[in-house]
Amino acid sequence: MTRWLKLHLGAVFAFLYIPIAVLMVLSFNKAGLPTAWGGFSTEWYGKLLANPKIQSAAWNSLTVAVISTLLATALGTLLALGTERAKPSSLREALLFAPMIIPDIVLAIALLSFFTLIKFTLGLHSIIMAHVVFNIAFVCAVVRARLKSFDWSLVEVSRDLGASAQQTFWRVTLPLILPAVIAGALLAFTLSVDEFIIAYFTAGAGQSSTTLPMQIYAMIRFGVTPEINAMATLIMGFSFLIVLVAQRFNRGIPGS
Amino acid sequence: MNTKKILMAAFGLVLMTGSALADKVVISNWDGYMPKDIADKFKAATGLDLEVAVHATNEEIMGKVTASGGQGFDVLFVSSPFAEALHKLDLLAPIDPAKIPNLKNLYPEAAQLKHDPGNTFSVPYAWGTTGLCYRSDLVKGEPSSWNDLLNPADDLKGKTTMLATDRWLMAPAFLAAGVSVNTVDQAALDKARDQLVATKKTLLAYDDTTFYSKLVSGEASLVEAWDGWCNYGIAEKPEIKYVIPKEGSDLWVDTMVITKAAQNPDGAAKFIDFLLSAENGKWVVENIMYKTPNKAGMDSVDPAMLTQYPNMAIAPADLLKYEQLRDLGDGAKAFAKTVSEIMAAK
Amino acid sequence: MNANRSPWLLMAPGLLWLVALMVVPCLLIFSLTIFERGTYGGIDWHIITAENFRRAFDPLYAVILWDSARIAGLATLIALLIGYPAAYAIAKASPRWQTVLLFLAILPFWTNYLIRTYAWIVLLNPAGLINGLLQWLGLTAGPIPLLYNEFAVVLGLVYNYTPFVILAIYSALQRLDPSYAEASRDLGASAATTFWRITLPLTAAGVAAGAVFVFVLSIGNFLTPDLLGGGKVQMVGNLIYDQFLTARDWPFGATLSSLLIGLMMIILFAQALATRRAYGEGR
Repeated sequence: MTRWLKLHLGAVFAFLYIPIAVLMVLSFNKAGLPTAWGGFSTEWYGKLLANPKIQSAAWNSLTVAVISTLLATALGTLLALGTERAKPSSLREALLFAPMIIPDIVLAIALLSFFTLIKFTLGLHSIIMAHVVFNIAFVCAVVRARLKSFDWSLVEVSRDLGASAQQTFWRVTLPLILPAVIAGALLAFTLSVDEFIIAYFTAGAGQSSTTLPMQIYAMIRFGVTPEINAMATLIMGFSFLIVLVAQRFNRGIPGS
Repeated sequence: MNTKKILMAAFGLVLMTGSALADKVVISNWDGYMPKDIADKFKAATGLDLEVAVHATNEEIMGKVTASGGQGFDVLFVSSPFAEALHKLDLLAPIDPAKIPNLKNLYPEAAQLKHDPGNTFSVPYAWGTTGLCYRSDLVKGEPSSWNDLLNPADDLKGKTTMLATDRWLMAPAFLAAGVSVNTVDQAALDKARDQLVATKKTLLAYDDTTFYSKLVSGEASLVEAWDGWCNYGIAEKPEIKYVIPKEGSDLWVDTMVITKAAQNPDGAAKFIDFLLSAENGKWVVENIMYKTPNKAGMDSVDPAMLTQYPNMAIAPADLLKYEQLRDLGDGAKAFAKTVSEIMAAK
Repeated sequence: MNANRSPWLLMAPGLLWLVALMVVPCLLIFSLTIFERGTYGGIDWHIITAENFRRAFDPLYAVILWDSARIAGLATLIALLIGYPAAYAIAKASPRWQTVLLFLAILPFWTNYLIRTYAWIVLLNPAGLINGLLQWLGLTAGPIPLLYNEFAVVLGLVYNYTPFVILAIYSALQRLDPSYAEASRDLGASAATTFWRITLPLTAAGVAAGAVFVFVLSIGNFLTPDLLGGGKVQMVGNLIYDQFLTARDWPFGATLSSLLIGLMMIILFAQALATRRAYGEGR
């Protein structure tokens, strides 16, 4: 039984990693085409990093992800703190759950129609606003999970000892929930960097609001580009770092 | 307090990203449909910055432009039926011949296009036919009819692709049946649907953008293609050939239009004029390997190129014999439903 | 500070954001359903009609919706079958290994969705690695169609969402009190019986949560059918995309979107009801 389980787990990991590993290996293939090995080369990395469109797209994605994460983390954490103290409301629960399950394409066209109707100029800022919508929900969910085991008496003690509400928040509440806040922020960041269809519909004109996934989509649509392999390898390495950081913070949560 | 500061900083950044420059021309074109160094050349010639956005399909840019009213773009490259729709939606600025003196370089036929006689709102950029692009070493005999694609021989099953854009998806079935490529007659639509549902079972994929690389790699042997894109395949593999089926083709015209919301209409006109000069016309043709309506440009192209890519030598007068795709207006709904029926079929 | 008012103050900015940029746009989508497509695309605000709903209930669109549900259901089922034993294996490992294994299981989930999907184009295409391998081993004479069909779409969905299922089931398994299973074994039940009678029912909520997520993400998916289906596999996400961009029929696209939102609400309501009932019986 246990041996079968181990074997299964091994097979699942093979299934998850072989496609990525293949791209990583191909990224060093001089030949470019996936069918033949033309010798080891890092030329695709050079081409990738020298491509101004990819540079600007990566920069745009970073801008969108950082700003939408900051906004969503602030709003989502406050929302979680409020929700745990307010009277339960199933309408509010539905509102908080909806952004996580509404199909991306539906939210994308709803936002596009809305922005069109109010004659709102599209650009990076409209992508950020859209990304905050689903990121609030994810940050809020992560922080709420932490608050379930939060000892509210600590807050009461702090208030009883004469600390103001603000002092209590910065000195007591936030440090205690900080690991969850950071974990939520990292999740939001990754989701935002990865998101394609909502950005595609809410982006403005031109390269100035093209995000990395939009650029990758265009590259894939135009065929097998070896640069994508190099990008896959870089993104994989980058994600590895982020998840490593996230794990550290998660481990910091007492009792989890 | 701190939260407030962070929020304000974030909003500040948001606002900064929305700014725009005035001496800049923003265009959107298909990827790879212009020489790569166009921005540098344009800057050197006019002193204006050129921002090149790309769209993968007509639909994509249409969605963007109808949503924003064209804001943010000065010049768009779209196929003629889409230019027509944008014009009817009142999103385009008229073309002012006084500002584009190089219009004189166009073939006289370029002013006789049905969607816009006299080039009042669109300037043709490239034109051509839709036909069969194939690997002469993998296809037995020479394909000569749309039926070779629609009802392929057994050894070609699973090795053919058709264009995914709805209008060009339907066109082969209309042409094979001898009806107009602009028909919205229900009986003709139904007949085309039945044919294309049967054809779908034999297709490798619907493909608008990578069909030529599928030919090069041998994934596909016979594909529906725009002639210019077939040339990309011919460039990489001489065994690839192009043929206009005996039932005919459509005349597709990719055009340049200036949006009504253009922030730099003069720059937009300068850009179009820049592309229409004899020298740049030649440069465009040699880079994109498409026929263009720019007579001055075509005349100066190396004749060896016309031998290597025979479809580039089709005379403008012959092109005009084919019917152009037109915007379908109210017929679009019935047409869209038929396309959905084909897409949903298994 | 008023203790009753403060939660609302904390919640207000976030809730306002969601209302302004999710609820209002969705209400707008609902309201677009009663208008007509303009002759050249967009919306004709002058005509109010029930035509869009009549069209949406045409069997054609019901078939597309059913196909989407079928493909999403299949992907969900396979992801569960792969994910449950994997999560179980991770939960059985030593605590130190659990962290590492879980980390490895969710790591692919943090890379780019498009790139993960693209990897399968490289692997599955007729001139690709898997076909090359099959022919090299002499298992197939020529390339077999692996890409641009329903198989590829389901595979792509399973690949992308399995880490998610593993995570959801793992956390359910972790919350499980091991004393139940021990008691069952002490009372003489076999390992298999213990699993089927104790472990599986007690982790049903985790399974349901994972399943609903995968199903919901799959049924509205656009990218996977678009890239791996070669345009031949039409799911409701692509249909909505086509109505907005290709057919430029916003009112009809809005109608299909509204129906999809309605379907999601039914699924979630059913799940909430089932979970409540399961917990109700368990206690």
